[in-house]
Amino acid sequence: MPSFEARERAVVESAIQRHGHEPGPLIVVLHAVQDALGYIPPAAIPEIANGLNLSRAEVHGVVSFYHYFRTEPHGRRVVQVCRAEACQARGGAALEAHAQRRLGVGFDETTADGAVTLEAVYCLGNCATGPAMRVDGRLHSHVTPERFDALTGPEGRA
Amino acid sequence: MATRIYVPKDATARSLGADEVAVALAHHLGAAVEIVRTGTRGMLWLEPLVEVDTPAGRVGYGPVGAADVPGLAAAGFLKGGAHPLAIGLVAEHPFLKNQQRLTFARVGIVDPASVADFVAHGGYQGLERALAMKPAEIVQAVTDSGLRGRGGAAFPTGIKWKTVLDQAAPQKYVTCNADEGDSGTFADRMLMEGDPLTLIEGMTIAGLAVGATQGYIYCRVEYPEAIEALNTAIAAARAAGYLGASVRGSGRRFELAVRVGAGAYICGEETSMLESLEGRRGEVRVRPPLPAIKGLFGAPTIVNNVISLATVPVILAKGAEHYKHYGVGRSLGTIPLQLAGNLKRGGLVERAFGLSLREVLEDYGGGSASGRPLKAVQIGGPLGAYVPAAQFDTPLDYESLAAIGALLGHGGIVAFDDTVDMAKMARYAFEFCAIESCGKCTPCRIGSSRGVNVIDDLLAGREPERQRELLAALCETMIQGSLCGLGGMAPFPVQSALKHFPEDFAPRGRH
Repeated sequence: MPSFEARERAVVESAIQRHGHEPGPLIVVLHAVQDALGYIPPAAIPEIANGLNLSRAEVHGVVSFYHYFRTEPHGRRVVQVCRAEACQARGGAALEAHAQRRLGVGFDETTADGAVTLEAVYCLGNCATGPAMRVDGRLHSHVTPERFDALTGPEGRA
Repeated sequence: MATRIYVPKDATARSLGADEVAVALAHHLGAAVEIVRTGTRGMLWLEPLVEVDTPAGRVGYGPVGAADVPGLAAAGFLKGGAHPLAIGLVAEHPFLKNQQRLTFARVGIVDPASVADFVAHGGYQGLERALAMKPAEIVQAVTDSGLRGRGGAAFPTGIKWKTVLDQAAPQKYVTCNADEGDSGTFADRMLMEGDPLTLIEGMTIAGLAVGATQGYIYCRVEYPEAIEALNTAIAAARAAGYLGASVRGSGRRFELAVRVGAGAYICGEETSMLESLEGRRGEVRVRPPLPAIKGLFGAPTIVNNVISLATVPVILAKGAEHYKHYGVGRSLGTIPLQLAGNLKRGGLVERAFGLSLREVLEDYGGGSASGRPLKAVQIGGPLGAYVPAAQFDTPLDYESLAAIGALLGHGGIVAFDDTVDMAKMARYAFEFCAIESCGKCTPCRIGSSRGVNVIDDLLAGREPERQRELLAALCETMIQGSLCGLGGMAPFPVQSALKHFPEDFAPRGRH
């Protein structure tokens, strides 16, 4: 089995090879890397800059601008809770508080055991049946605190 | 012969269990049924809504859970049999029957992945017309229809296209803004998931109209279901000869690709979206030059919202006169309104401009989901004003809303019951602006954070009169001094909350 670094490098090289020729390719490449690794390793930034003929500052600037790009590995599960108005109108604030209390972390943090990463999102387009959240990509409606516990499972216990 | 049944594949329907229902139906009924995954009709409180083809039309059952399937089968639902979940003929449901669906005519009805189904339901008639027209004639038809940008800015679409058409350039682009970040809006998502070929058709027509050979759909990463539906539909359109080097054998090229955003509300602003499409930080550009003159990669570029582009096919197919026959004053055509937040019947209502807010909230929405009185609605996303119950008789069109200091935006309507704390909502408006500010201009970057502090001070009772003055001045500075609508409009919800609900801003104890 190749070392993690070698795998990282292979992912980055493959992403550049596949998308580097497209116009304005940086964000497309970053998506490919994060899709494969779950995050953008800081060590990948000079590699990407080199591959796309950009400065490291340009790549870092883009990675840090967009909320979606992570620079650290995420937990085994990723829980994204919507904080936007339509969900607030259906009890979203109580869900936000519950999620943080239950997991024992704030937004954009991962539990100490690496089980769950909690993220805030601003609208999932699921605004008529809120509060909404995604768990490992899967969208849910009417998320009460009880449903939050059921959906995040035993790993979601602080 | 197998009975055809329809189960939505829409993200909201799936969030309520539609996939499990589809599996249960296949498991229990096997070869007796052919399951077609569609978009949603937009009656979201009934999802998952299962529809059955009967000689009388499609009969609906909803909301269906996987556990309901054996009972439905026993009740003979494949023949439209009676069952507590039956809603009768779907098209006759008052929520749908009383709509005027032009842009959303096929959503929830067709298989979004099938070109053949699209064409069988009137799809690509607009493109066929456009292929027989001169570019200037296509632009004129869009201008004559009165269509204004449905993303929120309401700029006349035909005028924008004319500007791009008039530029002599070797490369032009058509870009679709599918960065639908406003809370309370999901019309773009519903259309992209339920009838993506209509958007593809609209963009192809736009390309023919202005001489652009490449299109990009900039879709937000929060919409993975829509991205998948778009990619599937683009591949199907290409395979059927509707995209590529020679659209329908016309010798005219149009290519289309989806680009995925990365979680930045500001990228819904058109110049910021162009920066992002070019692979950069989504910082807004100073205008002029307009994107129509110097847009993507410096080339003349159409930037239109999903709904604007998806409305072009019906305008070309049925004529500008037919389209502008709907609506009032300078708000012509139809608007897809999205009923969100605390409403009993949330969903999508496409109607001609001019119906009243009360009609939407009560007749369609059925009042609050909680059963408590509605206190306020926010229209047009996080930068839209809060409208109090006393103004619920306002007609929903661009001019009537402007007259009460509100805006229609992208047509999202978020309802709040009387438990809402308007000071908290005002604070959130600033907080959201601070989180999403691109940082390029000071009024937005600093003003939004200061706004949070000032509201905190006001509520804590620290020199409340001074904080009120400060807040008023801060709002004015942001409105006047910001580069784009994020900082320039974030004060609207704050000012409207202060104006209509001053009692909510009284100093309180620790909070």
